Amino acid sequence: MTIPAPKSGRTFFLRPQDVIGILALAILLLVVLPLALDNFRLQFVGKYLTYAFVALGLVLCWGYAGILSLGQGVFFGLGGYCMAMYLKLQASSVENTKIQSTPGIPDFMDWNQITSLPWFWEPFRSFGFTSLAVIVVPALFALLLGYALFKRRVGGVYFAIITQALAAIMTILIVGQQGYTGGINGITDLRSLHGWDIRTDSAKTILYFVCVGLLLGCILLAYYVKSSKLGRILVAMRDKEDRVRFSGYDVSSFKIFVFCLAASLSAIGGAMFTLQVGFMSPSFVGIVPSIEMVIYTAVGGRLSILGAIYGTLLVNWAKTSFSESFPELWLFGLGGLFIAVVLIFPNGLAGLWQTYVAPRLGPLFGGGAKRRAAPPASGPVAPAAAE
Amino acid sequence: MNTGVITDSMNRDFVLAVEGLTVSFDGFKAVNDLSFYVDENEIRVIIGPNGAGKTTVLDLICGRTRATTGSIRFKERELTKMKEHEIVRAGVGRKFQNPSIYEDLTVFENLEISYPKGRTVVGALTFRRDGPVKERVQEIAETIFLADQLDQRAEYLSHGQKQWLEIGMLLIQDPELLMLDEPVAGMSVSERKKTAELLNTIIKNRSVIVIEHDMKFVEDIAHKVTVLHQGKILSEGSMAKVQADPKVIEVYLGH
Repeated sequence: MTIPAPKSGRTFFLRPQDVIGILALAILLLVVLPLALDNFRLQFVGKYLTYAFVALGLVLCWGYAGILSLGQGVFFGLGGYCMAMYLKLQASSVENTKIQSTPGIPDFMDWNQITSLPWFWEPFRSFGFTSLAVIVVPALFALLLGYALFKRRVGGVYFAIITQALAAIMTILIVGQQGYTGGINGITDLRSLHGWDIRTDSAKTILYFVCVGLLLGCILLAYYVKSSKLGRILVAMRDKEDRVRFSGYDVSSFKIFVFCLAASLSAIGGAMFTLQVGFMSPSFVGIVPSIEMVIYTAVGGRLSILGAIYGTLLVNWAKTSFSESFPELWLFGLGGLFIAVVLIFPNGLAGLWQTYVAPRLGPLFGGGAKRRAAPPASGPVAPAAAE
Repeated sequence: MNTGVITDSMNRDFVLAVEGLTVSFDGFKAVNDLSFYVDENEIRVIIGPNGAGKTTVLDLICGRTRATTGSIRFKERELTKMKEHEIVRAGVGRKFQNPSIYEDLTVFENLEISYPKGRTVVGALTFRRDGPVKERVQEIAETIFLADQLDQRAEYLSHGQKQWLEIGMLLIQDPELLMLDEPVAGMSVSERKKTAELLNTIIKNRSVIVIEHDMKFVEDIAHKVTVLHQGKILSEGSMAKVQADPKVIEVYLGH
């Protein structure tokens, strides 16, 4: 009996080119950028990277499984708010808040005539609970939503619209419940994590590295899911859902799984955002940020795990640079970029890279896969470093 | 189990017993009070003019369409109450009319997904491509003439090869009841011959329901033929009997 070709027999979940790509990204984020950028700029990159968690989730959920969610900001926000609640309680010790009419509760509650800590805030005094909640709360929410929609076979455009409506509802809810959520201003004035001041430069640098570490961990997780049979089932479902169903699979449970996974990934990003930026507000939850996150993924390449990371970095770098000089023009630029992706390069930068660059690099570097990730990276690095 | 009523179907070991099956779409009865029985290892061919309800019958058996009334029993299990994937796991495989394969995956991956293991989320995450899986995929690939195309993306296969691949995807599940919707439609003469040969090897030890228009092909493979017309059975029996039936000639064969 002939043995199937090596590709079919692959058992390790990373291909050689994946290893090189991940290493290149790790070197870029852990060595090159920290050396090339000043603290101020590095913190920007740290903030961009928190959106990369969302993009990572969208690659799995949208790129692979074909489920477009326009409400990922909700999960980003849930993660961010969980972390913000913990940090806010840390900053609201009786001593710090003795000028309030009710000392020991967050300041915005006091301003809203709330006299005791709401029950759902109570567990967020524990960092262990908070860390768990960051991952579990959004996943449970996604489970509920996924169960309600996917079991009823709601998909495609309808699913996208419902998630978008959800993002709008969430924003309204947060803004409306000012006494419990901090309203439109969000939860601000966050200071320390378990006594460790997170506002200093050195703390921000450490948080940057924590963020990169978590991101790399999540990237490995995404690669594992992608290369497992589950990853192939997602692709199969995107293509011929009925065939998968009539091959003995409960299609909805796979959709629910990937949607929950994407939600948890987004939420980790949200929590890291709160830690690094020092506040969380409804402006990161609504429709606009949710759609922006989809655009990052599309620009980077919705079928490429690493591509989405570079897409996020690149678009955000462009946003920051553009907004500094032409604040009014940025939204037009972003819209134009999205149209260009849809019309000209549907697989994003990763698609361009695989079509035009990788084949040319093949003979030069012997493997083709070598430095697979480098050129898109040089975009955000070089100009930023030059400043 | 219900032992109170012994129906005709339970006296004998039918693999599939369809009784009083009706489905109506906004009042239009696509299948109307249909009853038929399929024996173990029988090859049943369903023929009939367009719109007779042939494909709807397969849709009803595999759970894609829900019956309005009536029952479908497969090995004493009532299929009308089961979910699609449960029906598949019970041993019913179905091939669609247009080749329904995963174009973005390789032939190997197409077959591997159909391999009946790791069908839950956790199962799929921990699924290992071990020896038995590879051997089984290889074996099926040889049966469906695609052993040399295992690493090729399925979208690059010819129409006939795609049909074979889908048949292979069913075969790897080893279903007790195999349902094929026009397996030779759109095939060249040589592909058609090879498909007949393929069907003759795979029908062993299982019951098969085939929908087909090609009468030459039907004659070659059918044990028994059911002629459907406007959702009802017009005639049933051996090919010779059906071909001689004046009603069948009138509505179907005569044209």
